[in-house]
Amino acid sequence: MATETHQTLSACLTPEGGAVGMPQLCPDWMGNQIFWLIVTLVVIFFILSRVALPRIAAILADRQGTITNDLATAEDLKAKAAQAEEAYEKALADARAEAQSIVAATKAEIKAELDDATAQADARIAAQAAEGEKKIAEIRASALESVKEVAEATAQELVAVMGIEADARTIGAAVGTRLKG
Amino acid sequence: MEGDIVQMGAYIGAGLACTGMGGAAVGIGHVVGNYLSGALRNPSAAGGQVATMFIGIAFSEALGIFSFLVALLLMFAV
Amino acid sequence: MATEAAQGAEHGAGGGLVFHPMDQFLVKPLFGDGPVGTFTVTNVTLWMALSVLCIVGLLVLSSSGRATVPGRMQSIAELAYGFVRKMVEDVAGKDAMPYFPYVMTIFMFIVVSNFLGLLPLAFTTTSHIAVTAFMAIVVFVAVTVIGFVKHGVGFLGLFWITSAPLPLRPVLALIEVISYFVRPVSHSIRLAGNMMAGHAVIKVFAAFAPLITISVGVGLLATPLSILAISAIYALEVLVAFIQAYVFTILTCVYLRDALHPSH
Repeated sequence: MATETHQTLSACLTPEGGAVGMPQLCPDWMGNQIFWLIVTLVVIFFILSRVALPRIAAILADRQGTITNDLATAEDLKAKAAQAEEAYEKALADARAEAQSIVAATKAEIKAELDDATAQADARIAAQAAEGEKKIAEIRASALESVKEVAEATAQELVAVMGIEADARTIGAAVGTRLKG
Repeated sequence: MEGDIVQMGAYIGAGLACTGMGGAAVGIGHVVGNYLSGALRNPSAAGGQVATMFIGIAFSEALGIFSFLVALLLMFAV
Repeated sequence: MATEAAQGAEHGAGGGLVFHPMDQFLVKPLFGDGPVGTFTVTNVTLWMALSVLCIVGLLVLSSSGRATVPGRMQSIAELAYGFVRKMVEDVAGKDAMPYFPYVMTIFMFIVVSNFLGLLPLAFTTTSHIAVTAFMAIVVFVAVTVIGFVKHGVGFLGLFWITSAPLPLRPVLALIEVISYFVRPVSHSIRLAGNMMAGHAVIKVFAAFAPLITISVGVGLLATPLSILAISAIYALEVLVAFIQAYVFTILTCVYLRDALHPSH
């Protein structure tokens, strides 16, 4: 400030190389700074506007495109998955229906067979029963006949023993009357 | 002797100029405080106003910087 | 002040505290000790070239893979691109997109220079008013020219506020014109002042740190405190380095919006 500066370098420097006042306000250096600032700004401006900014913009646009594509692909795949699931559901339902129809058919078949067999068995049983009854009736009839014969024979013998001659017809009628009574 | 009084005056003036920075501090605090209270009331609108807040801070701070500059000029340039 | 500096010019040598908070802002020739002319290669050149290299590495080399799934560096490049682009679109409007490369240029330059300036022994190009004022004036002139080219005399409607009552309008117009011309001043001094202030304060605290080598009694208290303060202010400066770049860029967008839509 008050000190005289004897060096020729700059009015803003002390002889020892220290600062006089604010170096920012030293007019000797402003031209230098502004010149180099212009150089720097022009260089940065051209680097940015020619290389860096278009490239970063392209990268960002690329990424946006990739993301959009990926999203579309994902949407496609999702639709496909939904379709596949639908087809699967349908196949499952079909299979279930088929199985049910098969079950029903089989059931019906079995029932028919069963009914058939039952009917046959019933018929056989009925036939056997009828035969049995017939046999019983025969046996009964033959038994009755035998009883009549035995009774007639017995009655004839008895009558003969009692000394009464009696013909077979009379005895037969009497036995028949008794048997009926 | 005369030079010493001038220097003393410059230093006193520099000190006085620094009080201006307090005003800038109050101003910035006011801006940020009001921003914050507004942001807490309506957080969804807060994000869009950050730039406005910084502009307000910058204008408020500019005056503090002016007083600082006056102080520096008195210290080093007068 | 200068005599003190002269006495303590041997850095670290001799007794007493040495305050050189402003020496870090000196412009020095990179080769030799000659005077600084307009085209001299200086430390300004070095640090601006480093910022160019950093921007090339960050935005060009990192994206050279053109990977769809970005790596770390490419993510940073895309983040920076999206950040500035959104800022231009939101604040200045869609029709400001032709100016996006320049806005990106100044954002990248300021943010990289600010962070490079935080390195120890670095020279902070953005702490110089000449640098920030030049950028602010370029923005100011460009915005004014764009406004008049796009709207002709209608651009003056920016200063004639039709929503205000008629008697107030001339007064408001005067205030608006003044504030319009103060814009480049505040625009540039804000950035330079913030950078300079932070670095100078760090240097002042750094000067207090070796106090323990002079007086153990005071130093036991002062040295840890100043180291703590340096750390704290450094953290604040990291924040400020980004915020000031953001503010400079967003104000550029605001001025651009005024030029494109002066009726607002």
